[in-house]
Amino acid sequence: MVTGTRSSAGTAAEAVAEPTALESELRALAGSVPDPELPVVTLEELGVLRAVHVPGPGRVEVELTPTYTGCPAIETMSADIERVLHERGIPDVSVVTVLSPAWSTDDISAEGRRKLAEFGIAPPRPHSTDGPVPLSLSIRCPHCGSTDTELLSRFSSTACKALRRCSSCREPFDHFKEL
Amino acid sequence: MTGTPTATALALADDALILSHRLGEWAGHAPELEEDVALSNIALDLLGQARILYSLVGDEDELAYLREERAFRNLQLVEQPNGDFAHSIARQLYFSTYQRLLYERLASGDGPFAGLAAKAVKEVDYHQDHAEQWTLRLGDGTTESHERMQRACTALWRFTGEMFEPIEGGQGSGGEDGHDEGYGEGLDGVNRQELAERWLSSVTAVLRRATLTVPDGPRSGAWTAGAGRQGLHTESFGRMLAEMQHLHRSHPGASW
Repeated sequence: MVTGTRSSAGTAAEAVAEPTALESELRALAGSVPDPELPVVTLEELGVLRAVHVPGPGRVEVELTPTYTGCPAIETMSADIERVLHERGIPDVSVVTVLSPAWSTDDISAEGRRKLAEFGIAPPRPHSTDGPVPLSLSIRCPHCGSTDTELLSRFSSTACKALRRCSSCREPFDHFKEL
Repeated sequence: MTGTPTATALALADDALILSHRLGEWAGHAPELEEDVALSNIALDLLGQARILYSLVGDEDELAYLREERAFRNLQLVEQPNGDFAHSIARQLYFSTYQRLLYERLASGDGPFAGLAAKAVKEVDYHQDHAEQWTLRLGDGTTESHERMQRACTALWRFTGEMFEPIEGGQGSGGEDGHDEGYGEGLDGVNRQELAERWLSSVTAVLRRATLTVPDGPRSGAWTAGAGRQGLHTESFGRMLAEMQHLHRSHPGASW
């Protein structure tokens, strides 16, 4: 899974250089790949695509960050990115996994949050600047909009979600928990 | 970055892998479906942490599947059999509290484990919360659940001192004044005595809230356990390892 790691310092230094037109195009392409487990959001919206570099002709280097260290979706993400870039005519694609800085649910874009809610998954609440999210802050039911919801389990169908139930419409739903 | 502190990476990776495997044994057997899912999710987080740590050292499959029992450096605590549900929860409480405190400290530094720690500590927060909620529910529950939770906390108490013993095989990070003999290579900036104190106060607070008695037995010295970091393991570990490794050893290179 971990095809390579890179120090955050290296990433920061490279990020100073303006992306070329080709890099921007390839980034848009890689970023448009849907998440394998939550296909309503793209990798760009999920905030896991860190960088796309073109170090030489016919070569692309993509930096991905996992949502959770054990997230099995990252292998599929890498394969999907390789596929779309190969289809675009880039023969040499390498996808490396970067850990720093650690991914946070704050990295999910506003559009990503909207799509999650539309899909029936309550989006994560933003972290306050001082300390963790208070667990008591209400989470809205993605089906009926009620804030009267209860936690069934902190862990759900995937590592990134918690299972809740709406006390108004009685429907269970997933909540993308804050990380 | 200098070379990877191999001994420390292996110790932390083995902790995560072995506990992950133990938790995986609950799949299909937990008291309720949500708990099955919760324990499997925690196991998956730990497996992910183990894989990243192993990949710093060498080939992850070789390290997980082809080492003999004596080469594993995990704490004896994490290899303890699941026992009843209360035992598994006590093990989770003790270990996740330790792991959160350790990773929190590592994440705030710039050592070789800072990146992983910053990532993992957010996951471990949920593990600790899970263990805490269950400790409260069982401890402050029925007479039966209280008794079982107390029994579990007491039984595993003697395995907890090992978490704060130095990890051998590296240079160590001795304090400047020589008071602290060091915790392990790559763990600079972590004072193990302070870690032990913070662990004790955190666990004590949870046990008290759960109306449980903090066990009064020793946690280190004679009559306690703890040579896992030197490769000495308890009886059940060999059987667990055999089950974990047999597929890979019987069918080398097999893949899904």
